[in-house]
Amino acid sequence: MTPLNIFILVVLLSAIVYQIGRKKAFTVSGNNIRSLHSLPTHYGFFTALWCGLPALLVVLVWFLCEAAIVSNLVLADLPQQLRELSTLQQSILLYDIESLADGGVISRDVTAEMEQAVAHYKSLHATSRAALAVVVLTMTVGFSGLALRRITPGLRARNQVERVVRILLVACSMLAILTTVGIVLSVLFEAIRFFKVIPLTDFLFNPQWSPQMAIREEQVGSSGAFGALPVFWGTLMISSIAMLVAVPLGLMSALYLSEYASKKLRLIAKPLLEILAGIPTVVYGFFAALTVAPFLRDMGAIIGLTVSSESALAAGLVMGIMIIPFVSSLSDDVITAVPQAMRDGAYALGSTRSETVLRVVVPAALPGIVGSVLLAMSRAIGETMIVVMAAGLAANLTVNPLETVTTVTVQIVTLLVGDQEFDSPKTLAAFALGLLLFIVTLILNIIALRVVRKYSEQYE
Amino acid sequence: MSRLRTIDVVQGGLKKRYRFERLFRRLGLAAIILSLAFLSLLFISISMKGYTAFVQTFISITVHLDETKIDITNPGKAYYGSMVKEALRNALPEVQGRRDKRSLYGLISTGAEYQLRDMVMANPELIGTIQTVWVPADDDVDMLLKGHIDRHSPESERRISDKVIGWIDDLENQGVICKKFNTTFFSSGDSREPELAGIRGAAMGSLYTLLVTLAIAFPLGVGAAVYLEEFAPTNRWTDIIEVNINNLAAVPSIIFGLLGLAMFINFFGLPRSAPLVGGLVLSLMTLPTIIIAGRAALKAVPPSIREAALGIGASKVQMVMHHVLPLAMPGMLTGTIIGMAQALGETAPLLMIGMVAFIVDIPTALTDPAAVLPVQIYLWADSPERAFVEKTSAAIMVLLTFLICMNGAAVYLRRRFERRW
Repeated sequence: MTPLNIFILVVLLSAIVYQIGRKKAFTVSGNNIRSLHSLPTHYGFFTALWCGLPALLVVLVWFLCEAAIVSNLVLADLPQQLRELSTLQQSILLYDIESLADGGVISRDVTAEMEQAVAHYKSLHATSRAALAVVVLTMTVGFSGLALRRITPGLRARNQVERVVRILLVACSMLAILTTVGIVLSVLFEAIRFFKVIPLTDFLFNPQWSPQMAIREEQVGSSGAFGALPVFWGTLMISSIAMLVAVPLGLMSALYLSEYASKKLRLIAKPLLEILAGIPTVVYGFFAALTVAPFLRDMGAIIGLTVSSESALAAGLVMGIMIIPFVSSLSDDVITAVPQAMRDGAYALGSTRSETVLRVVVPAALPGIVGSVLLAMSRAIGETMIVVMAAGLAANLTVNPLETVTTVTVQIVTLLVGDQEFDSPKTLAAFALGLLLFIVTLILNIIALRVVRKYSEQYE
Repeated sequence: MSRLRTIDVVQGGLKKRYRFERLFRRLGLAAIILSLAFLSLLFISISMKGYTAFVQTFISITVHLDETKIDITNPGKAYYGSMVKEALRNALPEVQGRRDKRSLYGLISTGAEYQLRDMVMANPELIGTIQTVWVPADDDVDMLLKGHIDRHSPESERRISDKVIGWIDDLENQGVICKKFNTTFFSSGDSREPELAGIRGAAMGSLYTLLVTLAIAFPLGVGAAVYLEEFAPTNRWTDIIEVNINNLAAVPSIIFGLLGLAMFINFFGLPRSAPLVGGLVLSLMTLPTIIIAGRAALKAVPPSIREAALGIGASKVQMVMHHVLPLAMPGMLTGTIIGMAQALGETAPLLMIGMVAFIVDIPTALTDPAAVLPVQIYLWADSPERAFVEKTSAAIMVLLTFLICMNGAAVYLRRRFERRW
């Protein structure tokens, strides 16, 4: 039975049990539903919840653990010489066994031991699924039986159902917390493993980044330097270029749209600007790599400058275009929130529109504008696809935007894409970079959100 | 001593001030025009590169499906390549010599033999007959005919030699080369050969991934929004959840990829490259969007509705489920569609969980390895062949079409069901 089938089965059973529970409620009330504490549907839901909820929980836990348990059992039963392999080789072996069991083809010869393991895997898998089906069926039938027996006119079914609904709703909102905790834990654990090999100070202050680890001792050029400084420098440079493009354009657009534009222009231009934010970043990456970068290189060649074909400028420019709407629409919101009375006061004193905007509206909206710029900055720092496609891989500590630099996100992607041993410092470095990225963007976000929030309360 | 009157000072400065006013106004307009110019530049440059991918060059060959070469009991085993080659030699009999012949065979895509095989297997009666079939031309031929390879550039700089160009012109004069609508692009999976590559596999991968995302993110997002807006007490704990959700909305997407890699793949042992894991990661990513939109929709429902329901004796849960939620639903759906559009265009977290593999087969289940449209675009953009540039642009056009449709649906929903109380 596939997970989906079991899920559908449980839902169907619950639906049936719902009807039974409802009928039972009518019966016990002697067809006088006024004698019931709750509506008949509540009794239906009561039994359906007892039938479905525990079973679904078991299914969920089962599937989350099944893969790990089965593979451990298979590994434990392998012959001695196979068990002594490294973790990586074991995981490859396990992968092969799994794909053989699914009827796939593998690249290596199938040995007798492997065939045995495949058979073992298949039998374990079948046992697990059969056991799950039995457990789930017994649970649904047993619990709905118990629930049905409890149905009496005095049963406070509505209160119980509503309590479950409330718990489920709380659980939904807890998921946001769980996600954050999950992010922190998963990134932190791997990062700590990384810092055991490479000291934190080395990671933060070493100006060298070349994440190669020697496979053989005497290998050339494989010293493996893990200094995040040049990588962060590159990120900072590209996002600063982006901000140089986005802040003036976004801010001026927002000011014009909110202070000058006719209603019609505003109605057309605002959604059009927001399209910029809706375009997938991979499209911007393609645009940067195939249109903007060659254009800049050719322009540079004309005026006698050498522009790298993966220059920081190209990636930064395109990223700036992408974040224009982040600046403009957030600033627009805070600018329109400035009370009209303040503008009227300035006009009454004889100031022109631009003076009103620059000396009254902008100062009043400044915290909100700063907040939106910070949010845009955090977006730029975390942006991945544009830089993966248009920026380079070499970590350079340079101030020349025409040269190639690399960014944190580019390094995370290059370190983690492809099959690597999961516990080498090389892959763990990606998590350390991820941790740093998370912390930096988190700080920016928290400051920005706090500023915006405080500001919006000010004029309410 | 003449007294300086205020009005003179004001009037003296007026000209300068008005000039600045005009300048400021023009700067604002210029900013908008420049931003929109970038937008149109983006669209124009991509459609200019991509529109040619919707047609494809085909060559008509006359093949003798030789009964001595095809085993009628097992037509799948025969080597159709030799028949294709023979047909080419017959079409251009003047080509002699091993090397020239090899370049001649290169005119036709390697997919031609499989096309013949499928044709014969579907209809074994064709064995022994002579058939005229249109088969896809090689991508270099395609590029030449679409004008992406410059005939006048020095021979050493092109992928096609003068001699081969001569043959192609010859075939064109015979009327056996023509451009047709490119159905392959919409019906097949990825391929190393540009002329055989299509987006069907990636589109199906996207569909499965989005289904998982929708199935998880929508109910959970609505639940969380309802709890926070209708049930949650105003205390520190609720505050923490709120700040958390706002923060999650701004966490870089690649971090969600790291979460997916460490949590779903390494810890729970779910399969790599699968739409299931992709959907899980994307649902965590879109959840904040849906929650924030859902809360706004719930806030827009006037309190009088709630009070009326409570007043005639509904319980709080009944009030929410029967009255508030149905009224807020259009707004919530709008938010969900926007979240889904965001998920459809997302690439970075999917790279982390291994959805970048080269996958030819079209996925049929949630645990099959699959690519999604944006990842396919990324992979093709990295390919060196010139022909992949137009494929990439065309795939982008398809992706943007989907996104525009989704956002259009969201706008329509908002217009159609928006109520003002």
